[in-house]
Amino acid sequence: MSTNTAYYIPHKATWPVIGTAGLVTLLAGFANYLNGSSIGPALMVVGLIIFIIMLVGWFTLQAIESETGMYNHEVGISYRHGMMWFIFSEIVFFAVFFGTLWYTRNLSVHWLGEGATKELLWPSFEAAWPTNGPGKVGGDFEPMGAWGLPFLNTLILLTSGVTCTWAHHGLLAKKRDQLIKGLIATVALGFLFVAFQAFEYHEAYTEMGLTLGSGVYGSTFFMLTGFHGFHVCVGAIILSVVLFRSAKGHFKPENHFAFEAAAWYWHFVDVVWLGLFIFVYLL
Amino acid sequence: MSAVVDEHDHHADDHHDHGPAKGLLRWITTTNHKDIGTLYLLFALAMFFVGGAMAMVIRAELFEPGLQFVDPAFFNSMTTMHALVMVFGAVMPAFVGLANWQIPLMIGAADMALPRMNNMSFWMLVAGVLLLASTLFMEGGAPNGGWTLYPPLVLQPITVGKALPFAIFSVHLLGISSIMGAINIIATIFNMRAPSMKLMDMPLFVWTWLITAFLLIAVMPVFAGAVTMLLTDKFFHTSFFNAAGGGDPVLYEHIFWFFGHPEVYIMILPTFGVASTIIPVFARKPLFGYASMVWATGSIAFLSFIVWAHHMFTVGLPLAGELYFMYATMVIAVPTGVKVFNWTATMWKGAMTFETPMLFSIAFVVLFTMGGFTGLMMSIAPSDFQYHDTYFIVAHFHYTLVPASVFILMAAGYFWLPKWTGHMYNEKIGQLHFWISVVSVNVLFFPQHFLGLAGMPRRIPDYAVQFADWNMISSVGGFIFGISQLLFLYIVIDTIRGGTGEKVSDEVWEDAAKHSLEWTLPTPLPYHTWTTPPSVVPTEHVLDSH
Repeated sequence: MSTNTAYYIPHKATWPVIGTAGLVTLLAGFANYLNGSSIGPALMVVGLIIFIIMLVGWFTLQAIESETGMYNHEVGISYRHGMMWFIFSEIVFFAVFFGTLWYTRNLSVHWLGEGATKELLWPSFEAAWPTNGPGKVGGDFEPMGAWGLPFLNTLILLTSGVTCTWAHHGLLAKKRDQLIKGLIATVALGFLFVAFQAFEYHEAYTEMGLTLGSGVYGSTFFMLTGFHGFHVCVGAIILSVVLFRSAKGHFKPENHFAFEAAAWYWHFVDVVWLGLFIFVYLL
Repeated sequence: MSAVVDEHDHHADDHHDHGPAKGLLRWITTTNHKDIGTLYLLFALAMFFVGGAMAMVIRAELFEPGLQFVDPAFFNSMTTMHALVMVFGAVMPAFVGLANWQIPLMIGAADMALPRMNNMSFWMLVAGVLLLASTLFMEGGAPNGGWTLYPPLVLQPITVGKALPFAIFSVHLLGISSIMGAINIIATIFNMRAPSMKLMDMPLFVWTWLITAFLLIAVMPVFAGAVTMLLTDKFFHTSFFNAAGGGDPVLYEHIFWFFGHPEVYIMILPTFGVASTIIPVFARKPLFGYASMVWATGSIAFLSFIVWAHHMFTVGLPLAGELYFMYATMVIAVPTGVKVFNWTATMWKGAMTFETPMLFSIAFVVLFTMGGFTGLMMSIAPSDFQYHDTYFIVAHFHYTLVPASVFILMAAGYFWLPKWTGHMYNEKIGQLHFWISVVSVNVLFFPQHFLGLAGMPRRIPDYAVQFADWNMISSVGGFIFGISQLLFLYIVIDTIRGGTGEKVSDEVWEDAAKHSLEWTLPTPLPYHTWTTPPSVVPTEHVLDSH
């Protein structure tokens, strides 16, 4: 519980409104692009640039404040609450897509293959998984197996979780060398994962006929793995920032919230992948 | 920049505290919970009138059968936008504004836990609403498939024109705003309380907002996920809601209402919190059954996650599903009944006075109970087949939102404005506002029960002649209610500018300081409060449970 006396409260903030302006420009540009308007892409680029400037500026500000000792123990607790519940909201977001997979696989696809729906609409449709539905939306495709690249990617992510923890031990034991090496390994494994996934997607699109448009199988496959891949990118970028700060000598055993937050996020991304590997690839 | 710790050097007296910055930038870059609370409340008030203007268009068109003023597509845009603006632009932000003002004051905190993120939550809200409002001026008009955005309707070109992606990204921004606001509230309540305040000492407004914040974090991402799938179905060839590709449009309804039912409680739980704050002060008694109020709030929040398909009784659920969702929904009446009983028992044998905030709160207890009863009627699955998508449901949820949430928001305004501004509102005009509102709101919504039972469908610009009389009465009530809200606008502006001019004491209301911490602070409130947390916290409000 807070004693308040040393709780740091900034008296003004310019980055939030800049970040908001960037994000809304980006999204308005994306919406224009989807509607076929020619200014869409330009707006998106402008918005993205503003957003990136905000990220750099805000992170720098936080890093300076943290290193100059402006955050007391209670501020650290607030940040941890913030990160924890942010990750919780992300878990819920993924739960929606896992739920969608469960619902279509176990319920709605079967309903399409039985009773009046089958007799009157699609007599030739046999309910099975994977499927692109009675309309064979997206044409013939080959489902993604589990034991090639996906299994390799599982090992990569699990290893990166270990290297991340190893880096944390280095930080706690004041072994800067181990901290930096561990982070380099984690970031490298993270980007390797993304590279393999890009290769997997390429193969799906060019060789297997499996696309985002391949009925509900393609939809759930690419939505789940795509959002996860995006989160791996975000996590790897966060870890890169932490690595950069570690190289500059930031963080102490008793004050390293940014590292902890990045590590939590990384483990969250890791756990989501295990769910994906089981429910999307394996079963 | 300086920390609170710096200010202690020169803040022996709160009045000489670090004041606000000057000019417009103060409001854009502010991190002060009172400034941000003010921004939220003023924004919500503006949106209340924007959404209200849309309601006036709806009631004008429905004044008589036939098509009078607007074309049907625009009418449908108005019903859709009225709902989205009122839910996401008015009611939710107004409660976040109250949370910003009141939670730090009530728990003895210097500010919200994450002040920069607090600023960002507000501006994300503005950005989201701007994105949504921009669709009004687009080719094809604003979204007109209903605020629930059901596929396949909203995915058809004719229903949306260019609006759909803007509406979807608006939902994303509003979701980000709400989640950041909720995280901030949770961190503040858990981390910033005065050391002597235990969880079970917290004022009920703080408790209800804590629980609401969990609801927000748990369901806003669900809505974001649902509309993301709409976006990919529309623009990226996915088949989530397309049966030909193996998907199912009913899935959208499940996901939407898994968000939607907690969402309606997001709007009502803080309402309960404010009512539980105001009624004891004017009954001059401690709140009856404090602990049971906390548990009832928690129970309602939990139940909100397991009743969603009562919005979908007619969609073709299996019989077991109909029965389960029917009984689970009925269970909600139990904790809600506990609350209504407790408010009534709080007033029982109290030394009551009837200032404007109390009048609105009593009207809330009575009229919300009516909204609850019609909810109970609709929870009965076989009966709901008759009520579904009629004006009966319109009457039901408007009773739980207008004379409940909106009335309580106004009660909160009357209750706390004198404390915030240091000026007293005009009691005569306040009571006039109350009496016109409470009569006209019933003239507006009560006849809609009859219309619904007689079978008038919702979301139509034209109707059979048999519905003419009650529609006309409802419209008259609507116009009076709409116009009378200008009185509230007048009172708010007048109070901020000086009000009646009489001196307002620190307590404002008799013995209010026994109930909650904010009344122990000076009036008007200094820009920074509780830079040192209070050592003693009032426990009058929890007396019953101790």
